[in-house]
Amino acid sequence: MTVKVLIPGPLRRYTANLESLELEGSSISEILADLTGRYGDLKKHLYNEDGKLRNFVNVYVNDEDIRDLNQQETSVQASDVISIVPSIAGGSSCA
Amino acid sequence: MSLGLTKSQMAAIYDHGERAYPHECCGLLLGRFEPEDRKTLVETWAVENNWEGSGEFGLDDGQTSQRRFMISPDDYRQGERHARSKGLEIIGTYHSHPDHPAIPSEFDRNNAWPVYSYMIVSVEQGKAKVLTSWTLDDDRQFQNEAFFQAKEV
Repeated sequence: MTVKVLIPGPLRRYTANLESLELEGSSISEILADLTGRYGDLKKHLYNEDGKLRNFVNVYVNDEDIRDLNQQETSVQASDVISIVPSIAGGSSCA
Repeated sequence: MSLGLTKSQMAAIYDHGERAYPHECCGLLLGRFEPEDRKTLVETWAVENNWEGSGEFGLDDGQTSQRRFMISPDDYRQGERHARSKGLEIIGTYHSHPDHPAIPSEFDRNNAWPVYSYMIVSVEQGKAKVLTSWTLDDDRQFQNEAFFQAKEV
């Protein structure tokens, strides 16, 4: 089964400038594995050195954050649209 | 990469930093990606510093909004919808460093993506001083980004 995934602007340089992709999988973890399998240079911008999804990277199934569903084991349907959305966070060094 | 912005857009970032002092301000940069790695800022989109909600996203490191900011994914998506309605995209973000140089921290670096402009304004004793811009390279290191003053539209 393929599912539509929207690629945010800053990451399109790693996906041949494609704004959306049809990726294989029945869960978010499978979809993301297909994404990073096809576009390996993308991986370090989604996952940290421990192989965990970076905290500021959020994944939505349609309008729902997967944190409110079943995290990366959230199952998806062919009609779903997956979005990758950053929380923009930062700040100055500790005083 | 380089970023073009107008004097009044710079002033809007300075003003936001001063209004928010001693807390960090934050906002989105809405504009266009241009050929040859250039970006043009069209509109600054001020966002409330939502750092108090950062625990929900696993970002809370015990610091306060005087040292941290967060633009929630909901606020990001709202800014994105506004940008798209005007034919624009999010091209970056800005925030202030109260009583601290306009240099990105390790925390900034860990929470950044390439291509985006990360603008920082230092605010000393309530007065905006220095504005800088940074982009993350492919090795996830920040590089200083040149910005130039564009004509007012």
